[in-house]
Amino acid sequence: MANQEVDHSKRRFLIAATAVAGGAATVAVAAPFVMSMLPSERAKAAGAPVEVDIGKIEPGSMITVEWRGKPVWIVNRNQEMLDQLGKIDDKLSDPKLEVPQQPVYTKNATRSIKPNLMVVVGICTHLGCSPSSKLKQGEDGMGSDWPGGFFCPCHGSKFDLAGRVFKGSPAPINLEVPPHHYLSDARLLIGEDAKGA
Amino acid sequence: MNKYLTCALNWVDERFPLTANWKAHLSEYYAPKNFNFWYYFGSLAMLVLVLQIVTGIFLTMHYKPDAALAFASVEYIMRDVSWGWLIRYMHSTGASMFFVVVYLHMFRGLLYGSYRNPRELIWLFGVAIFLCLMGEAFFGYLLPWGQMSYWGAQVIVNLFATIPFVGPDVAEWLRGDYLVSDATLNRFFAFHVIALPLVLLGLVAAHIIALHEVGSNNPDGIEIKKNKDPVTGIPLDGIPFHPYYTVKDIVGVAVFLIVFSAIVFFAPEMGGYFLEANNFVPADPLKTPAHIAPVWYFTPYYSILRAVPPLFNSQFPGVVAMGLSVMIFAALPWLDKSPVKSIRYRGAQYKGWLAAFVVSFLILGYLGTEPSNVWGQFGANVPLLGGADRATVVARMLTVVYFLFFALMPWYTKRDKTKPVPERVTG
Repeated sequence: MANQEVDHSKRRFLIAATAVAGGAATVAVAAPFVMSMLPSERAKAAGAPVEVDIGKIEPGSMITVEWRGKPVWIVNRNQEMLDQLGKIDDKLSDPKLEVPQQPVYTKNATRSIKPNLMVVVGICTHLGCSPSSKLKQGEDGMGSDWPGGFFCPCHGSKFDLAGRVFKGSPAPINLEVPPHHYLSDARLLIGEDAKGA
Repeated sequence: MNKYLTCALNWVDERFPLTANWKAHLSEYYAPKNFNFWYYFGSLAMLVLVLQIVTGIFLTMHYKPDAALAFASVEYIMRDVSWGWLIRYMHSTGASMFFVVVYLHMFRGLLYGSYRNPRELIWLFGVAIFLCLMGEAFFGYLLPWGQMSYWGAQVIVNLFATIPFVGPDVAEWLRGDYLVSDATLNRFFAFHVIALPLVLLGLVAAHIIALHEVGSNNPDGIEIKKNKDPVTGIPLDGIPFHPYYTVKDIVGVAVFLIVFSAIVFFAPEMGGYFLEANNFVPADPLKTPAHIAPVWYFTPYYSILRAVPPLFNSQFPGVVAMGLSVMIFAALPWLDKSPVKSIRYRGAQYKGWLAAFVVSFLILGYLGTEPSNVWGQFGANVPLLGGADRATVVARMLTVVYFLFFALMPWYTKRDKTKPVPERVTG
């Protein structure tokens, strides 16, 4: 044994092979730990779609429902509000809805399935605060040319009554329209596209 | 020494290098004899670290990391646990004071060039400690589960959601849910009480081992190891850390504890800067507080985040700028090309830039505590800036100054007119 030649290249190969195998094992063992931090099955179940009764929303008013812990606003826009939408394109960052912040079936002039009913996630696209509603035209503190919409108290972002962001806001893009569809005239399901859509 | 004690010490020393370590790190660790006021903050940071660990351990005995129970358990600590209010206020005040002493400690490094060769690794360990501390503060701030805890965490986790392509998935993974929830609180508790403290202790050990390997810098920025007594090999300008600096540091500790106690007993909320008013309201995922601001020690970076306008419909550039504004400290040892280390021998250019940096840092810090319309808007008739928030424009300019201090450093430090450095330390 003592006078045997050391085969250095074989030794290097064995060290490298051991290191690679050990490294692979380490990565494999790390995976379950990393994945344990993903949303659990319970959290996923709690994120299931929400059914809402929309039959009782007066024109010109809104309700807020919770979906995945986020506020979802449903505004029943009256004719006056709908008329405003087309008039303020020049003040908006993305009036043509080029950033995909909505399902394809709401990429239209009113940003909705039914023209009067707006459904958006009430979380500011800047840093996740929830804006306050300022639905009325020229509402207090918003200036006389305010067309009605939403104002984020955190950093001052402004959105119109289709959740589109005004120019000059810190928020870069429009509010998100969640996937949704109508089960009947008065029943809305938030969190899921229509079957076959 | 008593012969039984000597005997016991010998028994230990044969099995564990107790005396050798005592000598290497205290009684025969030679530190420059000209340390001044600025040299208190390293040992004070260690003191606060111990305070935070001890108070933290006692808080975990009563705190419940559960979204349904957390807020009430903190109130329970404040009202029903014997002396719970004191322990909690020590912990919350300790968090802010940690940043006070660490910022002063870092500023000392800037003043005297303590990050320069051969102390780059000390500095890098220090930057890592600073990052770790920011993590500790952030994770810990969620635990009381107040409105500001909740929405602060929401804003910060959403910073990760701005990363192109993988962002939303990363944010979801960090939260463990589609929103900041019980799962998030539970894991932040784990990070705050065990994961980061372990990392922090390891880094502090590395910081000190590296320091004791190369020796301390001093207000003159001279290497005392270049002038050793030819017989003993001890630096001529060095004095043993113990008893000289242990005694000096105890004076610092006494003064610090007076200030610390004054805050704990008379102003634990510090006018909303140490504990924000909104955090006395339980977290509500459906209602954002009117004004969200981080605790004061994060506000300079938060200002930088807000100052950068979105690019390509993304908030990511602002997030990158904020990350860079913290990480860039790590590059200092390689940006500074001056032939001298200490501000005492530097020229007007460095002093000017350092002053500009400090002013920017402070004003950015102030602006970060306020809403962006705090100074109103420019009139509509002002060219280019018409209608813009004054504070945002100022924050943008100061952000540029902040980064220029670092970016231009290789040039202005090289061209600066320096003064000759003495052979031996001065008074």
